[in-house]
Amino acid sequence: MPSCTGSIIYEKILCTVSHTLYKQFTVSRCGIGGIGNAVCVGVYGNIGFFGVLPHKSISAFSAFYRTNPAAFPMEFSQTVSYIWMQQAFLALFMMWFWEHDIAALIMEGSIAYEMVRPLDLYNRWFCQIAANRLARAVLRCSPILIVAFLVPEPYRMTLPPNAAHLLLFIFSSFLALCVVVAFSMLMYISLFYTLSPMGMRIIAAVISDFLAGATVPLPFFPEPFRTIAELLPFGAMQNMPLRIYSGNIAGTDALAGIALQIFWIIVLLFIGRLMMSRTLKKVIVQGG
Amino acid sequence: MITLSNINKTFRVAKRQAGFGRAVKAFISREYELVHALNDVSFSINDGEMVGYIGPNGAGKSTTIKIMCGILTPDSGVCKINGRIPWRERIDHVREIGVVFGQRSQLWWDVPIIDSFELICDIYKIDKKTYKNNLDELTVLLDLEELLKTPARSLSLGQRMRCEIAASLLHSPKILFLDEPTIGLDAVSKIAVRQFIKKLNCEHGTTVILTTHDMHDIEALTERILLIGKGRILLDGSLDELKKHSSRRKTLVVEYTGTEPEISEGMTLIEKKNGRIIITLDPEILPVSDAITHLAARAELTDVSVSGITAEEMVAELYREYHI
Amino acid sequence: MQLYIKFFAMHLKSQMQYKLSFFLTILGQFFMSFTALLGLYFMFLRFNAVEDYTFEHVLLCFAVLLMAFSIAETFGRGFDLFPQMLGNGEFDRALVRPRNIVFQVLASKMDFTRLGRLIQAILVFCYAIPNSGVIWTWDKVLTLLFMIGCGSLIFFALFIVYAGFTFFTVEGLEFMNIFTDGGREFGRYPFSIYGKNILMFLTFVIPLALFQYYPLLYLLDREKSMFYMFTPIIGLLFIIPSYTFFRIGLRRYKSTGS
Repeated sequence: MPSCTGSIIYEKILCTVSHTLYKQFTVSRCGIGGIGNAVCVGVYGNIGFFGVLPHKSISAFSAFYRTNPAAFPMEFSQTVSYIWMQQAFLALFMMWFWEHDIAALIMEGSIAYEMVRPLDLYNRWFCQIAANRLARAVLRCSPILIVAFLVPEPYRMTLPPNAAHLLLFIFSSFLALCVVVAFSMLMYISLFYTLSPMGMRIIAAVISDFLAGATVPLPFFPEPFRTIAELLPFGAMQNMPLRIYSGNIAGTDALAGIALQIFWIIVLLFIGRLMMSRTLKKVIVQGG
Repeated sequence: MITLSNINKTFRVAKRQAGFGRAVKAFISREYELVHALNDVSFSINDGEMVGYIGPNGAGKSTTIKIMCGILTPDSGVCKINGRIPWRERIDHVREIGVVFGQRSQLWWDVPIIDSFELICDIYKIDKKTYKNNLDELTVLLDLEELLKTPARSLSLGQRMRCEIAASLLHSPKILFLDEPTIGLDAVSKIAVRQFIKKLNCEHGTTVILTTHDMHDIEALTERILLIGKGRILLDGSLDELKKHSSRRKTLVVEYTGTEPEISEGMTLIEKKNGRIIITLDPEILPVSDAITHLAARAELTDVSVSGITAEEMVAELYREYHI
Repeated sequence: MQLYIKFFAMHLKSQMQYKLSFFLTILGQFFMSFTALLGLYFMFLRFNAVEDYTFEHVLLCFAVLLMAFSIAETFGRGFDLFPQMLGNGEFDRALVRPRNIVFQVLASKMDFTRLGRLIQAILVFCYAIPNSGVIWTWDKVLTLLFMIGCGSLIFFALFIVYAGFTFFTVEGLEFMNIFTDGGREFGRYPFSIYGKNILMFLTFVIPLALFQYYPLLYLLDREKSMFYMFTPIIGLLFIIPSYTFFRIGLRRYKSTGS
């Protein structure tokens, strides 16, 4: 019944997106919530204050640029666009966003309720996470983008070189979202085994975000770290779409990158579903 | 000695809108509505009294308690407790009162209860001898012996509440505020807590102010009731006075065998189950003896008991009467 | 104060109940700043210096900020998590105790997991101090201690401001994070990197530069006047407005309830 699940998934996404948008409007809080996230919020900048943090980040980069332009691995304007886009779509790309309900569900053992429902659990959670991130990103991106286009040169964001790039960017972002969600599914599944969420999750999120280029874009990594990072699934998360947008990667390189993203999606989905079914079987046997 | 005169308190509450469109509008401009929490509230409580403070939710109970604790300042009016104004001299005032919030625990979650107690001893600067005396007495009266070494997270609600009450009494306060202390407790714990509070009031002369929805607490403990509704004190009197005042109605619990007796005019059926009916009647309209005769003629009565109105019914009637 | 030590012991005992979680979280904290460090390292592999600051100089900045912030966070967590305290009635409970309220907020939470970053800062210092090219005479050492000590107190004052804001509103508080977490993240470079306007703002409005930038200049012998050694102490003046703000908020809370 693939089409059946397909339409149900579609409905679910629509539902969650609009529900989250509604919640955001009425509650008007950064949806991250929770003490644990206060830990992470500061690291990658706070969405609530549009533009200040990316601005500072760009200042730092420009200081480096002034010192030694030759050593800059990507054009300055590309770096600028990279950072703005990254901040605008934080919710899509960053690993450290966390779904409390799902985590709570697993921790408290209410998993039994979920298994009674007729939908496949993996799909359901996948859609829920993806939709939540999408909704948050949609809400938060416009203020930042507006600021990004209005600041004076050279801090201003530029449009991609041509329409093809823009389309590729959108497609790549979508793939990146899938990679991110698929990877985070692995983290949620591992919760069944560890039951101590805070420490493990922070470590995993921090390392994966670093390797994805959140702290410093991947072109700035020295070899051989750069090549390794680009090949790992983390490189498929934000590195690819952001660099396509800024024009840093073009043509066949871009297509190769997208292929890599698709590769990782397949691998992560496969592993995820395998782990999920194994875990659920164990849960059934042990009683949750 | 507690005195409140003409206390007024009004809150500005932002209106929360439902619906998407209105939510957006609220985002831009806030609308406020004024909530008159307390309206010319006056009463006084002598040392050693035990008072039940009742009223529906939102009537102003917790606001009054907060003002008496010194956490909240009223808009106007005078409040003096033991010669002090609570919010002006917070630290001195607070040293002499104990508070138990029903839902919010003051005990540390992960460490043994006795550690929490010792920390409280330090916070209140209780001298060691008094602390030991109080602790021993409380341990005996509330049966805390096995509980002291366990952390709060391992205790049941009833056990935790007993420890909470003990914690709030370690510094020998003159006044004890109890906010819904028996909520969620099992029957045995409730009785234990009630007996303890009664003893405390008798032996130590601690003034007790009890907010509760549980009418059995009221019946068991308090001689005096303050009823508050929509920010006004509606009634201030002893429980018996109130019972007499509010209703003459009597409750009959009748047990029978065979067919159920029909009730006649003047009787109101409250409950019926197999072999048992509960009715209330107004003795002025239908005397009790007539009612019993009527029922006896229609069924085989095995047991009849007559009682005055229960506190619960009285309060419900009061609420109805005052439209609160 | 003796009472504070008792609270300290209770917190420690309480948190040590969950040993695994505790150590994992410390590790997580450690990794968070470690990736920042790695990022720095990568940049400097490429660039050697930025605006006359070598890697070791920047490391000094980084370590000072990290240490100051982690000390502030460990002990000042009560203010950091103040919205929670207000929301669940814990604050009301504190008001019913015969002790100074600021003290109680302070003592109410201590987060020892933050010490993970402290350890990292120490490690970074171990590398940076000998290699920075600074001659460590007594005045330089004192400057460094001022930087760290006063830095902690200034961050702490920022937390108090944050807590003060929660008396007025529960939303939109996130912007304070710009100064606290943002200050920590961007303080890894000397603040002059971000341009004159930011530097001015961070000197006169939120005095982060007073303990990070100006004393640094003194350490690196770019300024000779002893005055620069004491700028962190001047920064301590910030505590006055932040504490006042908190008390104003407290008064408002007492008159409007929650």
